[in-house]
Amino acid sequence: MRRGVPWTAFLSVLLVVAVLAALSVGRYPLRVKDIADFLLAAAGLKQMPKDTYDLLYNVIVQIRLPRVLSAVLVGAALATSGGAYQAVFRNPLVSPELMGVLAGAAFGAAIAILASGNWVVVQATAFVMGVVAVAVAVGIAQLAGGASIIMLVLGGVISGTLFTALLSIAKFAADPGNKLPAIEYWLMGSLSLADIKVIRWVVAPMALGIVALTGLGRALDALSMGDDEARTLGVPVTTVRYSVIAVATLISAATVSLAGMIGWVGLIIPHVARLAIGPGNTRLLPTSACLGAVFLLATDSVSRTLYNVEIPIGILTALFGVPVFLLVVRRARKGWI
Amino acid sequence: MSVSESVMPESLELLAQEVHFAYAGRRVLHGVNLTVRPGEVLSLLGANGSGKTTLLRLLLGLSKPRSGVVSLNGKPLTHYPRRELAQYLAYVPQTHVTPFPYTVREIVVLGRLPHTGLVRSATRRDHHIAMEMLERMGIVDLAERPYTEISGGERQLALIARALAQGAHILIMDEPVSGLDYGNQIRFLALLRGLAADGYAIVKATHHPEHTLLASTRVALLYDGAILLDGPPAEVVTPSTIQRIYHVEVSAFYAPDGDAIAFRPSAMNQMHVHTLCWHENRSASEAPI
Repeated sequence: MRRGVPWTAFLSVLLVVAVLAALSVGRYPLRVKDIADFLLAAAGLKQMPKDTYDLLYNVIVQIRLPRVLSAVLVGAALATSGGAYQAVFRNPLVSPELMGVLAGAAFGAAIAILASGNWVVVQATAFVMGVVAVAVAVGIAQLAGGASIIMLVLGGVISGTLFTALLSIAKFAADPGNKLPAIEYWLMGSLSLADIKVIRWVVAPMALGIVALTGLGRALDALSMGDDEARTLGVPVTTVRYSVIAVATLISAATVSLAGMIGWVGLIIPHVARLAIGPGNTRLLPTSACLGAVFLLATDSVSRTLYNVEIPIGILTALFGVPVFLLVVRRARKGWI
Repeated sequence: MSVSESVMPESLELLAQEVHFAYAGRRVLHGVNLTVRPGEVLSLLGANGSGKTTLLRLLLGLSKPRSGVVSLNGKPLTHYPRRELAQYLAYVPQTHVTPFPYTVREIVVLGRLPHTGLVRSATRRDHHIAMEMLERMGIVDLAERPYTEISGGERQLALIARALAQGAHILIMDEPVSGLDYGNQIRFLALLRGLAADGYAIVKATHHPEHTLLASTRVALLYDGAILLDGPPAEVVTPSTIQRIYHVEVSAFYAPDGDAIAFRPSAMNQMHVHTLCWHENRSASEAPI
């Protein structure tokens, strides 16, 4: 079991390597030295021909940086929400989808694609409907009797089913010539829509959300013992549970706005992190965030280079996720799943 | 052994007065009065559905009485912030498994939550107290083992260590020996006696009349939602009271000094399956604690 400073250093190095790798691979491959030279030149510490500088600026800052930032944010947010959900629902097999956020966001994106082709509208609608779907789930749980795990899961299942059905209606109504493929492609997830303006908007709230979930780490540890135990340890169970659902919903809805539907990250990354450093959430959640970012950077780098057409990243996370998950499950200790 | 936390309040008193409670329209408790003081091992004895678990939940402040009041040192539990209450009252659940492999130490350090608050992380001192309590329970060598991999008896000790790390002096337990083997049951009961002698108050629900003779200083008999008798085990737990609450005829066996030490059903061969245990109990649906 690795702990403390060496582990933090290892994660930081891993993240830097993944970022550099993601910046260098692509249609126009760069060496790490090129990136270093460019950074030095940008800082005014090194001379560089103007046309080389402009080329590098275009490739690194304009094209690749938004993708890289997007991958880091989306991977970190999904993995952290997944880890927090697993603790709050006392179940290692849940992911951020549990409360219906992805179903809602998918429906939101579909109707926006039907109504207009504007990507900003699509992103905004996806975000809003993701939040609405979770609100519906929580509302159903409240009607059915409260904030217990079983009621919330029930609400999530109903809300997820409802919005999946609505998505099907939207797809059925879509023009199979252009609208339907647009919806389908969006559902596969892609970081190619990364837009620095949108990223600028969401980066602070998402980072704040990740920090907030991490801050609740010890409360999450107590909650994963059971509601009554957590209460007798002084934890306001209902407040913590709703706060986690609210924050996780906001940041995972934001990931949908950035990159569409990307599955599996929220389920598997917390498991990998737990295997590495144990289940204590104050360390598990930041580790998950870091590993989620690295995983998505790596997956996105592969999706851009594997084939001459970019492969939707949602497909690759699932394809890579399966063997990783099998590996993790094999190595898992007793009583772990 | 130093108790590194909190001075022991001499006047510590948990009091239930005229407590009534109903669950899903069914009357569970009506007019219960009970006092809990340091130095006692108080056992609640009663048939399934007699309201033991409900009473424990009320004493912990997890449920609110429909009428009547549960108070700690003269102040109703509902007037305490949950965090402050946690420094007086600890809950020791039945041996359970967590879905995640926390180490034993991590589980015990959670007992420090009421002191650190939710957001601040556990300090070196919190870890020190956790280790001290593990040592007191004799399981300090298990500190870094996953809680999911130790035995039921060891888990129970870890949960006691957590309760002690909380700094709580009233420990409330729901059937703490269920799931323990015979040797661990006896050792656990002896441990409870030791804690009571150190000034802790132990309240436990139990299904074992003989255990109360062995290790309780007081027994409260719960029957039909009220306390039938409350007093020293030798006076309260007798063949006639056992027949009254369980509807089983028993004879008592006595030690040379005259105390009852064991019971034996007197008419095993006349018993029929349909009279076995659900006699008088329309429902055994106790709210899970």
